[in-house]
Amino acid sequence: MTKQQANWSPYDNNGGSCVAIAGADYCVIAADTRMSTGYNILTRDYSKICKLADKCVMASSGFQADVKALQKHLAARHLIYQHQHNKQMSCPAMAQLLSNTLYYKRFFPYYSFNVLGGLDNEGKGCVFTYDAVGSFEKVGYSSQGSGSTLIMPFLDNQLKSPSPLLLPAQDAVTPLAEAEAVDLVKTVFASASERDIYTGDKLEIIVINADGIRRDYMDLRKD
Amino acid sequence: MFRNQYDTDVTTWSPAGRLFQVEYAMEAVKQGSAAIGLRSKTHVVLGCVNKANSELSSHQKKIFKVDDHIGVAISGLTADGRVLSRYMRNECINYSFTYESPLPVGRLVVQLADKAQVCTQRSWKRPYGVGLLVAGLDESGAHLYYNCPSGNYFEYQAFAIGSRSQAAKTYLERRFENFVDSPRDDLVKDALMAIRETLQGEALKSSICTVAVVGVGEPFHILDQGTVQQMIDAFEIAGEQEVPATDPDAAAGQEAASEQGAAADEGVAPMDI
Repeated sequence: MTKQQANWSPYDNNGGSCVAIAGADYCVIAADTRMSTGYNILTRDYSKICKLADKCVMASSGFQADVKALQKHLAARHLIYQHQHNKQMSCPAMAQLLSNTLYYKRFFPYYSFNVLGGLDNEGKGCVFTYDAVGSFEKVGYSSQGSGSTLIMPFLDNQLKSPSPLLLPAQDAVTPLAEAEAVDLVKTVFASASERDIYTGDKLEIIVINADGIRRDYMDLRKD
Repeated sequence: MFRNQYDTDVTTWSPAGRLFQVEYAMEAVKQGSAAIGLRSKTHVVLGCVNKANSELSSHQKKIFKVDDHIGVAISGLTADGRVLSRYMRNECINYSFTYESPLPVGRLVVQLADKAQVCTQRSWKRPYGVGLLVAGLDESGAHLYYNCPSGNYFEYQAFAIGSRSQAAKTYLERRFENFVDSPRDDLVKDALMAIRETLQGEALKSSICTVAVVGVGEPFHILDQGTVQQMIDAFEIAGEQEVPATDPDAAAGQEAASEQGAAADEGVAPMDI
């Protein structure tokens, strides 16, 4: 008598890739806009990025229904925070909230692979990277999603992340200028689109700096 | 109203068919410092008087943002008001989450009224001792509601509650027909004038009042002190009133009492002087 397997899964993978890079006074968050299921494309124009607070933006790949639910949940929690504290949540605070929210569903997880990017209380760029159940870390850059295996090694090469084992702890925030970081992101997605079938169509880039939040688009391969 | 054998419990009727505890709760509203509200077709303005207990303390918060499109001004037991504001905020957030659209004001006040009614029909509860002026905007336009501790609610073009509110009400009664088409700034000016009426001669300064606005294209927000002071100065309404205030106090007391449907016993409390 073999163990019964589920013949229905509550999850689906809609594919796509996300990237975030932290700079000295800016943060770049980017994600492609392709939404797929299996070998099909559902739409070429779906945003995986959500603004959670004034200086805090989240990009998530995985199962977009779970992503949407997670975004709504965090938005509601942020409203409550604003009512109670009379101010916006800081990026590190939102990072912890996201982690707790994900772990809350440890035994029926949000199928959502997130990168959180923004400015911390001093205006410095910060990026947090997560797994599906809330394990997170503050890093200088990160990528998640179907193209992350192609993107991450390239970012490691270009952004020379210091080893986390080194003491004293070194800040991984990149010395690159904002324009260079945006350029790097565009390059990285163009490359990922070549080989990852789930990444392509259009790239949505968000840049957060002291002036506010800016959004840009770039076309990617549509095949 | 004086103490009698039917006023111990909220669940005890008097032979005259009154619930005294509920009426006493409405008295608590009259004891609180004044709050006023007025609306036009596109905007609603809330204002309140902020008197600190002593020079050393800060004043209590009496105007709360409930959502981008709804705000509330309270009078009476501010602690009860705070709790009800939290409830309202929660309801708005939950509705937004489910329906991805703002909670219509009319729905919110009904929920609030039902919540208040529950406290008038449970022996282990007491009525909320706070009156709420709910200002909000939805698809059907700008709204101003007054929620009573009794569980009743009414929609108003303009209203005032709290101590010395009769003076403000008289001012508003004279002007309210013009409010519907009033531009936003005129509405705020009228609110400040109404607040001034409740101060009975004391100078109107931005440090003793709070004003909040919600309107089409303008999410609910409390005006900052600088802006309010500017408006006060601009409209030259600071300082002592040149014209004698309003109706004679006795008449004012009677009016207010009869509004509540209670016989005007020795109950003309210090509030309406």
